Amino acid sequence: MSQHNVGGDPVATVPRSAGRKSPRIVVDRVGKSFRRGAVAALQECSLEIQPSEVLCVIGPSGCGKTTLLRIIDGLIRADTGRVLADGEEITRPRRDLAMVFQHFGLFPWKTVSGNVAYGLRVQGRPDQEVRATVRHYLEMVGLQGFEGHYPYQLSGGMQQRVGLARAFAVDPSVLLMDEPFGSLDAQTREVMQGELLRLWRIQRKTLVFVTHSIDEAIILGDRVALMTHRPGRIKELIDVGIPRPRDPEAVRGSPRYATLRRYIWNELKPEVAGSGDAP
Amino acid sequence: MTGRLSPTAIRSLSVLIGLTAWEIYGRAIHTVIFAYPSQIGRAFAELTRTGELWFYLRGSLVVLALGLALAIAIGIPVGVVMARGATVEYALEPYINALYATPTVALIPLIVLWAGFQVKAKVILVFLFCVFPVLINTYQGVKHTDAKLLEVARSFCAGEWSMWRDLMVPSAAPYILAGIRLGIGRGLVGMIVAEFYTAITGLGYMIVQYANNFRTDRLFVPIVVLMILGVGLTSLLRRIERSVAPWLHVAQQE
Repeated sequence: MSQHNVGGDPVATVPRSAGRKSPRIVVDRVGKSFRRGAVAALQECSLEIQPSEVLCVIGPSGCGKTTLLRIIDGLIRADTGRVLADGEEITRPRRDLAMVFQHFGLFPWKTVSGNVAYGLRVQGRPDQEVRATVRHYLEMVGLQGFEGHYPYQLSGGMQQRVGLARAFAVDPSVLLMDEPFGSLDAQTREVMQGELLRLWRIQRKTLVFVTHSIDEAIILGDRVALMTHRPGRIKELIDVGIPRPRDPEAVRGSPRYATLRRYIWNELKPEVAGSGDAP
Repeated sequence: MTGRLSPTAIRSLSVLIGLTAWEIYGRAIHTVIFAYPSQIGRAFAELTRTGELWFYLRGSLVVLALGLALAIAIGIPVGVVMARGATVEYALEPYINALYATPTVALIPLIVLWAGFQVKAKVILVFLFCVFPVLINTYQGVKHTDAKLLEVARSFCAGEWSMWRDLMVPSAAPYILAGIRLGIGRGLVGMIVAEFYTAITGLGYMIVQYANNFRTDRLFVPIVVLMILGVGLTSLLRRIERSVAPWLHVAQQE
């Protein structure tokens, strides 16, 4: 694993607002296999996630990105190695970590409000607080007026807005995102990227964002972690170095974007080839 | 005729033809053996006016409602617990399979021995008829809970109670309601059988009494009521099933 600075001039990272302190997450030589060892998903995977950074994890499909995220969230245990949050081992889901899912994971029998309130209700927060918080986050993701709708009545983009609001509502210090825009169409996806950048400006949380889109990784990330094909480990960490606030369109037009995109694709190509999905 | 008949029109026409044929055929037979619709209608009005029908119907309904309520109150939690824990599942499975496979009617003498002839015995019988569809359907429904949503719940640190309330019971609701619907069908059978074999009351009493007196026209009245009850409750449950999980029907339409 090596720290790269691509394309010459180092760009100073933009200072972030000091909110509640996010834990430093350390992934320490994590290994995980499935089907009784027949499929090795992760091997010796190590990574340090800095408080309040946006770290995008990119890799060929099936490289264990999602597995890594689920281990960080405490949903599954690593076979070897461990994950630490501020030195404390993560063995099960924690309240200060929230996840946004590719499949949205909304409860079809709950309204938009009910879904956003879910995490708060689970934590047993008082009704009044739940109502106020739900209203606040629905407004933040632009869903006011849809409180009483059910997920099946909403478009995919709107459903994931609910997913975002639900995760933000429990005010976690770390947000884990598993290809949250992966199932959306291209236009909606771009809108949602802009939306996420806006939300992140308001609440600077640590963001671990799994994606297989190089474009998305550059637009959103402070750093990009590149994974090898299966069994996955971190091949390389790349500083994006594009100043914030970012406008997706402006970023895509910048020479830095073009350099990074080319570089990441060149690094990723052999991994995609190794995974058997090569062109 | 250019347009085809609507399903409702075909159904109504079919029933009308059937009733007419019955009326004609029934009039040709001795009234002790058989009754025809208009005669049954008159008997129905008569028994309603005297209050006799309502009196016996009420007795039957109380038994049915109590038995069904008990089946729901016990069947749902046991079904969820079985689906949640392998140990409980394996421990209870033999009993449930055995009891479900045993014809419940065979247990009647035993239940009478234990619970007497009155309402208690009848309620137990209706309960035994109803509980298995409710329990087994609940179990199936909970087993079919979306694994993705279970993971979402775990990610949000949901406790076991929240798992039940927010996830498994709503997710299993269509299954549970279908189980209750099947349970009602069996419960009606249980109710009548119980009324035949324990203290003779309710609609079952009416049937036995009028059969013994060769009042075929009156004999048909409780039977018609049972039919209406069965059809009415079942279609009500179907309606609730549809409204409780509208997202399922959207997915089917697409």
